[in-house]
Amino acid sequence: MNLVYKLLRCQLRGTQFAGFFLANLTGMLIVLLSIQLWYDLQPFFTGKDRLFRKEFLVVTKRISAFGTLTGRNTTFTPEELREISEQPFIRKTGNFTSSRFRTTAGMELGRFGAGFATELFFESVPDEYIDVKTEEWGFEEGDNRIPIILPRNYLNLYNFGFAQSRNLPKLSEGTIGLLNLDIRIQGQGKESGFQGKIVGFSDRLNTILVPQRFMDWANATFAGEKGAEVARVIVETDNPADERMARFFKSKGYEIEGGKQAAGEMVWFLNLLTLFVASIGLLICALSFYILILSIYLILQKDRVKIENLLLLGYAPKRIARPYELFVLAVHAGTVVLAWLSIWGIRGCYLPFLQAMQAVKSGMLPVWVGGIVLFSGVFLLNAGIIRRKIRKTALSHKI
Amino acid sequence: MDTIYLKNVLPEIFLTKENTGSEIWRQEVCFSKGQTVLLKAVSGAGKSSLCSFIYGCRRDFSGSVCFDGQDILSLKQADWERVRRVSLSIVFQDLRLFPELTAFENVEVKNCLTGFRTDNWIRDCFLQVGLGDKTEEKAGKLSFGQQQRVALIRALCQPFDFILLDEPVSHLDDENNRICSRLLTGEARKQGAGVLVTSIGYEPEMTYDKVFRL
Repeated sequence: MNLVYKLLRCQLRGTQFAGFFLANLTGMLIVLLSIQLWYDLQPFFTGKDRLFRKEFLVVTKRISAFGTLTGRNTTFTPEELREISEQPFIRKTGNFTSSRFRTTAGMELGRFGAGFATELFFESVPDEYIDVKTEEWGFEEGDNRIPIILPRNYLNLYNFGFAQSRNLPKLSEGTIGLLNLDIRIQGQGKESGFQGKIVGFSDRLNTILVPQRFMDWANATFAGEKGAEVARVIVETDNPADERMARFFKSKGYEIEGGKQAAGEMVWFLNLLTLFVASIGLLICALSFYILILSIYLILQKDRVKIENLLLLGYAPKRIARPYELFVLAVHAGTVVLAWLSIWGIRGCYLPFLQAMQAVKSGMLPVWVGGIVLFSGVFLLNAGIIRRKIRKTALSHKI
Repeated sequence: MDTIYLKNVLPEIFLTKENTGSEIWRQEVCFSKGQTVLLKAVSGAGKSSLCSFIYGCRRDFSGSVCFDGQDILSLKQADWERVRRVSLSIVFQDLRLFPELTAFENVEVKNCLTGFRTDNWIRDCFLQVGLGDKTEEKAGKLSFGQQQRVALIRALCQPFDFILLDEPVSHLDDENNRICSRLLTGEARKQGAGVLVTSIGYEPEMTYDKVFRL
């Protein structure tokens, strides 16, 4: 064995060694585990999985009791619409257009010898936002036929609520598609009749939809309006769980239909939690590092006479530092490997839960890289401190 | 290195002394390579201090010490490492051996650095100074006289222009003194080196070119 190594073999007591080894391991483990958790939960943060996939959200202004009493406007101004569309997390926006004319719809139920009619409203959005794809969707001026899309939950409401309680026949989507509605539109002293036909049911849009072209034409014809006020906006986003979006809408007092805002808040909370845990890990890591430094100082102090004598024999400080550096290297390598193994084990426990929630399995690369970076950083710092201390020993004794 | 030059050197603890009566302190003295010099003094006159000043262990002195005209205060750590490996050897009064290493390892720790001697040469030296059976003994278990001889062998495990011997035979009997002195003189002559010996009265049996009263 090299005599210098034999001479400077670190003489740490078992408890001291265990103390700083454990402190080091704990710090390293918490930091690396935070990194791994953050990485594994990325699908939740970025909305790339089924949980928070690319989404269309409908944004409205909040209606408050105070607002109702004071008649506060709940429509979006052009500036507000531009501000929404300019947000980095919004891909594109489309406005809901409301009908500004009077509409009634009626139906002759010939078989039952009865009929009914009701007042109605229509809304429209640009076609690209509609989730029902059918060739029947469209309108040209002069057409007598208006395609209509209803929310699927209207049909469910009828079938499982109303029809069930009154022993009425349940209607399938196909049956409804066979019905013809008599639509009457009135406004500005004009009146027209149309055949309404339900061409589909939407899961996305909770309104009675007609084609945008029909709405523009009808509003111009029966209401004399070109640009009606916008009360609802549909936005397309890559990541409905984006926390910035949740914050933005909240700060503006807007509401999102479908409760996707909660996802954004959850992501923000998860990010905060991860940051908090990682900070504690870093703090423990720093403390353990401090313990390690103290231990190194203790060892160097114990070996002070030997170090002085070696310096007097003509040994260079860096050669004297080598056994200590090797010791620190071994300790750090040991803690990193143990931390890796522990994270591998812990990950094995929580991964099934994430997989059950459709989160994508993402591997342990960040922990490998993070471990090596942390290990190298702490080791280099320690090695520097050891050399500095030995050089100072040489200088303090004018050796 | 050919000369060690002392100019007005005085340990700081003697600064208040008006007259030291010394032939070294506050004097201009030059030690040349090849010379054997004895520095005699009573206890407390600064013999070990002088060795420490020259060897660069201490700087608590006024005046200047120069190696070949270069003030030693201007030497860097790396310069000292080189000087101690190839130019200047020393036997400290307190020997500075490693008690946890064996006698042989104590010598080897220096020889590893310089690679100057063979194992056989070292073992032969141990035999010559009467420690042939003590090579594997821990240095801490040896008597001071035995340790002095180990330190002496260690000091010879490097090339040197000067060797500083701080009371090197204080705990040796006459016979061992003669053996060690012969070994030292032979090696110094081979290397053409200067020898600086301090003594309080019992010195190595050598022929001295100069004797200074410290």
